[in-house]
Amino acid sequence: MAQLGNILLTVMYCLIGFLLAIAGIESIKAKDNPAHIGTGIFWLLLAVVFAFGTLIPYAVTGGIIVIIGILALFKQIQVGKIAPVDPKFAATAAKRIGGWVFFPSVVLAIVSIGIAQVKSLGPQAGQVGIGIGAAVSLIVAILLTRAPVKMLYNDSQRLVRSVGSAGVLPQLLATLGAVFTAAGVGTLTAKLIANVFPAGNQFLGVVLYCVAMALFTAIMGNAFAAFAVITAAIGIPFVVAQGANPAVVAAMGMTSGYCGTLLTPMAANFNSLPVALLEMHDKMGVIKQQAPIAVFLLLIQIVMMYVLAF
Amino acid sequence: MEYLKLLGIVIIVLGFAFKWDTVAVVVIAALVTGLFSGMDILTLLTTLGQSFVQNRVVSLFFLTLPMIGLVESHGLKEVAVNGIQKLKTLTASRILNLYLIVRELGGVFGISLSGQVQFVRPLITPMVTAAAEVKRPLTAKDLDEIKGRSAAVDNFGNFFAQNLFVASGGVLLIVSTMDSLKHPVTGTQIVLYTVPIAVVTLITVALYNVWFDRRFKAPKKG
Repeated sequence: MAQLGNILLTVMYCLIGFLLAIAGIESIKAKDNPAHIGTGIFWLLLAVVFAFGTLIPYAVTGGIIVIIGILALFKQIQVGKIAPVDPKFAATAAKRIGGWVFFPSVVLAIVSIGIAQVKSLGPQAGQVGIGIGAAVSLIVAILLTRAPVKMLYNDSQRLVRSVGSAGVLPQLLATLGAVFTAAGVGTLTAKLIANVFPAGNQFLGVVLYCVAMALFTAIMGNAFAAFAVITAAIGIPFVVAQGANPAVVAAMGMTSGYCGTLLTPMAANFNSLPVALLEMHDKMGVIKQQAPIAVFLLLIQIVMMYVLAF
Repeated sequence: MEYLKLLGIVIIVLGFAFKWDTVAVVVIAALVTGLFSGMDILTLLTTLGQSFVQNRVVSLFFLTLPMIGLVESHGLKEVAVNGIQKLKTLTASRILNLYLIVRELGGVFGISLSGQVQFVRPLITPMVTAAAEVKRPLTAKDLDEIKGRSAAVDNFGNFFAQNLFVASGGVLLIVSTMDSLKHPVTGTQIVLYTVPIAVVTLITVALYNVWFDRRFKAPKKG
């Protein structure tokens, strides 16, 4: 059965490849985007990596990532203008479907969690669950909306394209984390920090990790990037290595980072965009409303991580 | 020089802080780290490619996009807006707290809306303003604080509930990163240990909003 899990996962990656290829073709056709060729190549390269995965020599895939990096560096990957949802059509459909429009999302969550519990699927059960959940919920959505294939195609490419290169950022950050591990960055920073910080104290380790997550997220404006770096450098050597439950540490480490997001003008999407959107006079107005809660939640998480992890 | 391989971290921090293209920054940081840790070009490309392919799982959320696209074009936002608009006669804090609950529930089911654009600006801020000015006229400072608070509530609900969904980018990244750090965890575990912080956020922010109502009481007579 674990074999089945692997086969299903491979099928799912092929389907993602198919989706990305559609986005690539449609991006190239979108001539009003000055970077339409680069953006199309970006999606098509990714489509190949997803669909063929382990069949391609890893060094070639590495080269493809470098090409994607170069495209990004020269601003050749851009979302461009994408036709938005037709508000008239949406309003009519809303009247017809009503609250049931949320049903496919509920199906997705329940099926994903349900399949994840099937132990016989092996360690991939969680991932397979997401794929099966996505497939089942899509069928439910098609039955519910009675949408024709053309509309499904259009909505799929619209959403994939509007996610843009930001969609592949989490995977790239996870890759960076792996490169850091291979290069021994974590062990080196741990050694450096150990010179100035007393190792072997569980509580201080938790404080150091949570505060560092918040601080580095505030500097970088992105908790995902901070997570890959700080968990390797501090979370593992100073907390997990002292016997902490890694799931507790990782889950709360990430949300400690979010406390940093609440405090920083670097997280422009969340803290500066509303200032402009709402025509506020105080540039720091959103952050001021968030600061007390952010500091309080960080303190609570330090205590909870210490209590739950050990 | 062993310390040169820490240059990757410096590049990430500076690159994100100065808002350079994020994809380019991450790729450059990976290349620099690999080169300074003594890998030759072929080993470096192989490590990069292998890690990327092994971390494909982080991008599984792409599979959910066709369904989300369909319900979006069939009135997902419109139905939500209609539902919230039925609540016209509430106090400022009740509107904010209901929106917080909607946002956290959305997190549980992986419905990620661009809340600031789709809800806070067209819906939540005008409703909270209307509810707040029932008792007394609002000053410019009041208006700014209402806007700030509405945007903040969107962020609170969005951040601390998004990891309650197994296929969210955050959960997938955590699982994949912990795997490559040799301390594997499952998505379900991460969801489970996110519940406490989601609940604490819900309660704390709800009280924080109730406290906010006091600002808009009628002025004392005499």
